[in-house]
Amino acid sequence: MSRPGEAKTTWSDTQTETLMGNLLRAGVTLAAAIVLLGGLLYLIEHGGEQPDYRVFNSQPANLRSVTGILGEAFSLSGLGLIQLGLLALVATPVARVLFSIVAFARERDWTYVGITLIVLAVLAYSLIGGQL
Amino acid sequence: MNNIEFTLLIALGALAAGFLGSLTGLGGGVVIVPLLALVFGVDIRYAIGASLVSVIATSSGAAAAFVKEGFSNIRIGMFLEVATTTGAIAGAFLAAITPTAFIAVLFGFVLLFSAYLSSRPKKENPDDDKPDPLAVRLKMDSTYPTPEGLKSYHVHGVPLGSALMFVAGILSGLLGIGSGAVKVLAMDQAMRLPFKVSTTTSNFMIGVTAAASAGVYLSRGYIAPGLTMPVMLGVLAGSMTGARLLVRAKTRVLRLVFSAVIVVLAFEMIYNGLTGNL
Repeated sequence: MSRPGEAKTTWSDTQTETLMGNLLRAGVTLAAAIVLLGGLLYLIEHGGEQPDYRVFNSQPANLRSVTGILGEAFSLSGLGLIQLGLLALVATPVARVLFSIVAFARERDWTYVGITLIVLAVLAYSLIGGQL
Repeated sequence: MNNIEFTLLIALGALAAGFLGSLTGLGGGVVIVPLLALVFGVDIRYAIGASLVSVIATSSGAAAAFVKEGFSNIRIGMFLEVATTTGAIAGAFLAAITPTAFIAVLFGFVLLFSAYLSSRPKKENPDDDKPDPLAVRLKMDSTYPTPEGLKSYHVHGVPLGSALMFVAGILSGLLGIGSGAVKVLAMDQAMRLPFKVSTTTSNFMIGVTAAASAGVYLSRGYIAPGLTMPVMLGVLAGSMTGARLLVRAKTRVLRLVFSAVIVVLAFEMIYNGLTGNL
């Protein structure tokens, strides 16, 4: 298979990757559980109402920002909990990027630490509201 | 129809889309927007928001399985993500100022293009020992496992690949899809990577690209929680089940059927966009 000199790097890479994969799966499972809980609460409270998604009229401010969503979720609003779960879901690929920075830094590959930091900055820009 | 019935119907539709999408390898995300917009009469902006979220769920959910196979190239993925994430943010901003009729027509053409790309026979790129100097400097050349042991490959066309990735990012942010087809095109055709490396690295990139537009979508109110909940849960459950069955199922007939569904949805999107119904 691989040359003897490469064995160690390959092994630690695989280990890092496996850890990362499990981390992602745990994140998705957690996010799905929060969304499901929020969804049940929402349907118990509002299940009998009519859905209205035909005309776009944005969402209430409390469901559009991270701080607003946290407030709604802690007061156990169904919709707030769903948004919190969706935020957790969006955080999983971001966690993967963070994790890659650590992995590249451990390999002392500063070029890729820099490249990954750029990706992280773009993600952070979007998640803090993306104002031009 | 009240919220409970609506939620159950959407969840069933999303479950089927995720299941067929992963079983056929065409991706469930591409049919979510037409399903919501054409069948359930949902505004295309809410449909795009819900679809984008489900794309993140399937990408992160499948990553654990792909990682074990050892095909994806993290360096290539991360380098190209600079292009896809900036493209995705540009696309998300464009979504706000683009007329929905234009989005519907463009969506139809992207659907047709995806169906066409996935119907082409997959042949491995020939070995070529003249890599792109930029790829060498960025240490992109790597190895991947084959039945005969680890095989090394070279990386080509980094600038063209990056440009295509920027386009993939714009489409992802504008249409709420993973743009897997364009990403594979960039890596398979422009950079001439082995096919398995292209598809798995593409999956790794899809979640990060989608996360870049998700923030903009959220702050603009595109992500309606009551609608996104059944879509995300349905697609996730469907694609996980599909991935588990993948090894056993004979997918040729399914692929043909699902491709036909995609083509019909594509023409419906274009028609409804042109007649101003979306």
